[in-house]
Amino acid sequence: MFSFVLRRLASAVLVMFSISVMVFLIFFATPGVNPAARIAGRSASPQVLAQVSAEFGLNRPLPVRYGLMMWHLFFKQDLTSYVNIGVKVIPQITGAAPVTLSLVLGAAVIWLVVGVLGGLVAAANRGRWIDPLIMFGGIAAVSIPVFWLGQVVGLLTQTKFHSVFRWLPGSGYVSFTQSPGQWALHLLLPWLTLATLYAGVYARVLRAELVNAMNEDYVRTARAKGLSERRILMRHALRCSLISVVSLFGLDFGSLVGGAALLTEVVFGLPGIGMLTDTSLQNLDLPVIMACVMYGAFFIVAASAVVDVLYAVLDPRVRVVK
Amino acid sequence: MRDLSVSFATRQGVVRAVDGLSLDVAAREVVGIVGESGSGKSVAMYSMLGLVRDANATISGSVVFEGREILGLPDKEMQPLRGGQIGMIFQDPMTALTPVFSVGWQIVEQIRQHTDMTKGQAKARAIELLAEVGIPDARRRVDSFPHEFSGGMRQRVVIAMALSCNPRLLIADEPTTALDVTTQAQILELMGRLRDTHGSSIVIITHDMGVIAEMADRVTVMYAGRPVESGPEVDVVRAPRHPYTWGLLGAVPRLGERSERLATIPGNVMSPLEVPEGCAFAPRCEYAMAQCAQRPALTGTGHQHACWLGEEQRVAIRSDGKGAP
Ligand SMILES: Nc1ncnc2c1ncn2[C@@H]1O[C@H](COP(=O)(O)OP(=O)(O)OP(=O)(O)O)[C@@H](O)[C@H]1O
Ligand SMILES: [Mg+2]
Repeated sequence: MFSFVLRRLASAVLVMFSISVMVFLIFFATPGVNPAARIAGRSASPQVLAQVSAEFGLNRPLPVRYGLMMWHLFFKQDLTSYVNIGVKVIPQITGAAPVTLSLVLGAAVIWLVVGVLGGLVAAANRGRWIDPLIMFGGIAAVSIPVFWLGQVVGLLTQTKFHSVFRWLPGSGYVSFTQSPGQWALHLLLPWLTLATLYAGVYARVLRAELVNAMNEDYVRTARAKGLSERRILMRHALRCSLISVVSLFGLDFGSLVGGAALLTEVVFGLPGIGMLTDTSLQNLDLPVIMACVMYGAFFIVAASAVVDVLYAVLDPRVRVVK
Repeated sequence: MRDLSVSFATRQGVVRAVDGLSLDVAAREVVGIVGESGSGKSVAMYSMLGLVRDANATISGSVVFEGREILGLPDKEMQPLRGGQIGMIFQDPMTALTPVFSVGWQIVEQIRQHTDMTKGQAKARAIELLAEVGIPDARRRVDSFPHEFSGGMRQRVVIAMALSCNPRLLIADEPTTALDVTTQAQILELMGRLRDTHGSSIVIITHDMGVIAEMADRVTVMYAGRPVESGPEVDVVRAPRHPYTWGLLGAVPRLGERSERLATIPGNVMSPLEVPEGCAFAPRCEYAMAQCAQRPALTGTGHQHACWLGEEQRVAIRSDGKGAP
């Protein structure tokens, strides 16, 4: 098991490396782009351009340029934004990441609990009114656009029913270290908004998996063993169905942390990675875009590595003994 | 079991998977069920234990176990019977075990469901059972997962599981098909021992007349969901009456017999949707006659058969040297 984890992590590192090479090539080695101008910032003087050129080895071979770029990005961390001259890239990322992480982590807890419970209850009550009700709720949750839901929720709590929701703060972000209580209050609505869609998806996916599992031969064996329907569902079927839920979760979690929570961030004014990516794209701020892309890729790769390890914990068939 | 019928409503029409099957199993008795693939043997056994969950299935008839009607009992009341009083060995060992739990865990789960053994005791019993069904190094293998076993080994695990609570009745659906001859003998011996030490009864489904000859006290031959012949093993095997049984027996090369040519039953198993009104076997029967358009009842005492052929006709046909061994 340990060596499996190790190997999986090694391959994650390899994937990360390849992604960084590709991102570098796309952004800084495409013909027609003058990298020096992109790095030095808007209306830089010729001297500055020359200095950047030297520092990043822009007239040296490609591998050296790649190495220097990574050196500046990760180790010296002095790569600066193209638009906001003088603002370093890395602190922007490290400033935005906790916001997104807080948002996605909280939402993930909610959608996992609601989704798994919903799927279980629906599957356990197949053929009764509660199953189609939950499934309809799921479809509704999936269909509501996040920006609409966010706006409506914001509108209702801030204006129409403000007297009831007086305890809810307005939009914005308060860091956990500053005040855990305010952190949670500020994130409550974003959490619920983001979790709605995913709870719907997960409830539906899990129910389908459970219903499939309950038709498997091993469930017939479990019944022949004299186990109760509840135990069969909770132990045998759920355990097997969770395997696909876990892999789905890894992908969703990785891409959300990597910036896919943009809509929720924008609606609730949370300065997270999604927002940062969005603004840097609008400004064609190449250094920031590159950093955001690599950051996002990092989380997706890391999440899928974690999923693979979890997978092996859940499913003995994936485990490699040697 | 009386007049058990199971039918499935399908898009193409109604499939009568089991049609009027009756079966008596006395204590310590081994009853064999034979019949070609698709003749409804498995479905009959599943429905007996309430394991047919298809919403399109209609089950009728009566199953009495130790004086109690169990067909249609709610799950809650069936659960102590299933796995406890009635053990079932499934046909397909590849898919019969939950892939994510170790085999030991799965056996322990069943033992603890029906007894109040501790985890440790149940585990010891599981190891003992695995050793008994011929799994080498059972102490270590008890923690292995199903995918780490071959098909034959999994079959033994399933058998160990079915035997774990010393059931009063063991239903074995082709328990030895996946096994080699030596293991097959071991397993049959193990089932024999269950009967001898615990007085259990056994229903064994098989395609193998050798197994029937060795184990069964009585045999029922099924065709297209219907019983066509039934009686004491010696009678059915030595003096079969139904042309279908002749075919089946002819299809088995017997030891010491020159079998240059395997006797086969002409024609294929028919589609379960096209079973004729009359005798189901008539379309494939060499001796079919006008009367066969009506369904023959299972007649006789002791050795029963469902065929319109009269005693003299049968004797005449068989002395021709055709069909029967
Ligand atoms: N859920 C179902 N819906 C429709 N038809 C079914 C269903 N289950 C079983 N059948 C039909 O019932 C018939 C009997 O199947 P069964 O599995 O009992 O055969 P069997 O005698 O056990 O065959 P084998 O020797 O291959 O195990 C088959 O024709 C099958 O197609
Ligand atoms: Mg079968």
